[in-house]
Amino acid sequence: MSGKLKIRVDPEKCQGHARCKSLAPGLFDLDEFGNAHERGDGSVPAGLEDRAWLARSNCPEIAIEVIEE
Amino acid sequence: MSDSASVIPEHPPVTDWINDFDHTDPRWTENPFPIWDALRAHSPVVHTERFLGCYLPTTYEAVKEIAYDTEHFSSRRVIVRDVRPEVIPSPPITSDPPAHKPAKQLLLPSFTPDAVKKLEPRVRAICNALIDEFVNDGRCDAAARYTKHIPVRTIAHMLGIPEEDGDLFIRWIHEILELGIKNNDLLMGAIHEMSAYFAGQIAQRKKSPTDDLVSTLMNAKDIDGQPLSDAHVVGSLRLLLIAGIDTTWSAIGSALWHLARTRSDCQRLIVEPALMPIAIEELLRAYSPVTMAREVTKETTVSGCPVKPGNMVLLSFPAANRDPAMFRDADKVVIDRKENRHAAFGLGIHRCVGSNLARMEITVAIEEWLKRIPDFRLDPAGRVTWSEGTVRGPRQLPILFGNAN
Repeated sequence: MSGKLKIRVDPEKCQGHARCKSLAPGLFDLDEFGNAHERGDGSVPAGLEDRAWLARSNCPEIAIEVIEE
Repeated sequence: MSDSASVIPEHPPVTDWINDFDHTDPRWTENPFPIWDALRAHSPVVHTERFLGCYLPTTYEAVKEIAYDTEHFSSRRVIVRDVRPEVIPSPPITSDPPAHKPAKQLLLPSFTPDAVKKLEPRVRAICNALIDEFVNDGRCDAAARYTKHIPVRTIAHMLGIPEEDGDLFIRWIHEILELGIKNNDLLMGAIHEMSAYFAGQIAQRKKSPTDDLVSTLMNAKDIDGQPLSDAHVVGSLRLLLIAGIDTTWSAIGSALWHLARTRSDCQRLIVEPALMPIAIEELLRAYSPVTMAREVTKETTVSGCPVKPGNMVLLSFPAANRDPAMFRDADKVVIDRKENRHAAFGLGIHRCVGSNLARMEITVAIEEWLKRIPDFRLDPAGRVTWSEGTVRGPRQLPILFGNAN
């Protein structure tokens, strides 16, 4: 976990549980229907790495990918 | 339930859970967890001839397979009952693809986290008004005096219908979700009363429009740009009322029941309020209130087990959430559980449309209770009772406050 992290939400899998938004509000945004997408280009700012992993571990649809660059 | 038990044909007691399960058996109602564990140890899918034939997936994986498979499993009937009369649509919960998505998208914007955040002050006021009524008594039946009224008043506020009609809504829901499993006349009567009630609300708004969820639905357009039929609007309103009340009532009740008998978790939430969102998710996992249903429409297999059309499926998200293959220490409440992909609000396209509302209500209800009544426990002289059927929660929850005895 030394490199930078990037997150990606699979819009086909996301069903709008919004668990990610609750656990990592700085990393995700919701659309008008409540479905999530990664903020910006998905780069995880330093200090929020744990939040990215936590969001991934709590997505019931396994829609969140965390990529170590 | 006692008020009309005389007219309900009783089911014979279960002697063989593996081949003859019954989710209305009093032992299931009281404590379903060891039953699920035994069934899960036997097979990922079990079957009963009761309810005109019904499967129960017992593992997280089997529940997930069915929830994702709209080709072989239809949502047109969402309650497992003794009879299978005409289908009464309440879109989108009873909708299958392709009708499901547009019907759900009409409702979703009203239930996003930001949208429900606006209702939060109102829910805090509702909770405090309820607590005011019993806080000085030293005790209360928290199910009858607290948990029951929070979702009723919240959904009434959202729909723009009188909060005073709450008792009526509670009776309809009891007749549909509990008594209706075995008594079709009561169920149909309640549905027709409810439909007439909402038809009246729609008629009023045609004369004088309002700014509430009923009007939002009346003004909504379908995918062809046409206004929704009154029948569609009434069906969706029926759904919001049925699905929004005793589910959340149950979740708040189970959370309070757990905290009343687990002082350490309670203390921790008081000193560490930031833990609340994670704790609420864990209580939702361990005491998931809602079991859904599907109807098998085509022959297939689930986790290797053959399933045949003509049968219903009891889609037990609560049993999935207790599967040790998915959750470490699945039978324990771990109040700070870090990895928790629980399915309390369903999986796949039918994810509960009101999940953000429910979470907000549960969180606020527990927060306000802990602020006003930080020291409480189950009344050893009282008895906790649980609802029968596919929504599980305490219906009688006697609690003592502070030093009362």
